[in-house]
Amino acid sequence: MSNKKLSLKIDGRDIIADEGKTILETATKNGIEIPHLCFLEGLTNTGACRLCLVELKGQARLFASCSTPIADGMEVVTDSPVLKEYRKNTVQLLLSERTHICSVCVANKKCELQSYADKLGVDHVAFEREWTHEEIDATHPFLVIDRNRCILCTRCIRVCDEIEGVHTLDLKLRGKDSQVITDFDDPWGKSTSCTSCRKCAKVCPVGAIYVEGEPLSETKDSSIAKFVLSRRKK
Amino acid sequence: MTTNSKAKLATIWLSGCSGCHMSLLDIDEVLIDIAKQVQLVYGPLVDIKTFPENVDVTLIEGAVANREQLELLKYARPRTKILISMGDCAVTGNVTALRNGFANSDEAVLRREFIENTDLNPQIPTDVPPLLKKVYPLHEVVKVDYFIPGCPPPAGNIAYVLTELLAGKVPLMENKSKYG
Repeated sequence: MSNKKLSLKIDGRDIIADEGKTILETATKNGIEIPHLCFLEGLTNTGACRLCLVELKGQARLFASCSTPIADGMEVVTDSPVLKEYRKNTVQLLLSERTHICSVCVANKKCELQSYADKLGVDHVAFEREWTHEEIDATHPFLVIDRNRCILCTRCIRVCDEIEGVHTLDLKLRGKDSQVITDFDDPWGKSTSCTSCRKCAKVCPVGAIYVEGEPLSETKDSSIAKFVLSRRKK
Repeated sequence: MTTNSKAKLATIWLSGCSGCHMSLLDIDEVLIDIAKQVQLVYGPLVDIKTFPENVDVTLIEGAVANREQLELLKYARPRTKILISMGDCAVTGNVTALRNGFANSDEAVLRREFIENTDLNPQIPTDVPPLLKKVYPLHEVVKVDYFIPGCPPPAGNIAYVLTELLAGKVPLMENKSKYG
């Protein structure tokens, strides 16, 4: 990565940062919080959840800050009534797609989606909910996937592929019908590639993948990808 | 003290566990302040059989799961100025709506409960209000003015919303709403 410095404004603050960094990375480093779900430090970006949208001065459309590199003279707005409305809608759409029932979820109070709903003031879901009935796979000795709670952020798939390097998890089908699968859509318990490393459960922002019988406060570790990468450099 | 100057408060208990009503009673000393300002005109704690006219605020717990509840909700809406969804069942459907993911969920629920899980004289009851095909959160049936999510909603949030409304202010739920 080049050492060229760029100067930009985020929420009116003058900031100097390295070329090649994204808006989200730069904002986070400078203590400016931008809501995000699919982004996880240490994994590649997919720009899937659209929660991290920001405004750029002089541009009509909104940009996903996790996958937009900074540019010299760029003026970023991370919070505005328009953005708040978009983020509230995004959270509502995520909640309406599958069967999210916080009160009976293993991730209750430890869930990033629930936490954003609370923070953004999403006090109800204005869209009619789908009430899907997805398959739960509990064939693995201790890892469980409940697809009813999945928001398709693909953090689990990326951590499995990029950090653990086994690519047990992947997606099948398209759009909102997509499903996280193990191996060739075989039961997880029969998977020959899974190393049972639990990284998928560590990075799941909701309660879709969890370790049976273990409190999520012990399972979740969103710094795992960053940690493994930093150790590899040594 | 005349009762006419007091705001008329009603509560309704649909398909829920009554936990939200417990949370309403759990607002500690605020309950005394609120009790001074309101007249409780209808609810599971009041022995009045029909929903009265000209109600100011109605707190509703629970989702809409059967025809009787649907009719009561539709009856209450034009008779109350402010209608509040209280708790996750009223706001999202919550546990009561878990059956929505199953085809013909009304039949499936009755069969499971009264046939499959019954040892003695299994039969589907006929003299109770028929279940709806699907369980609905309140705002999918009528216009809802305010939402207090939570399972149960924190007592402080109920106290906040009631206090603000009685003071003629608009309660804001940002950073206050609490699912689950």
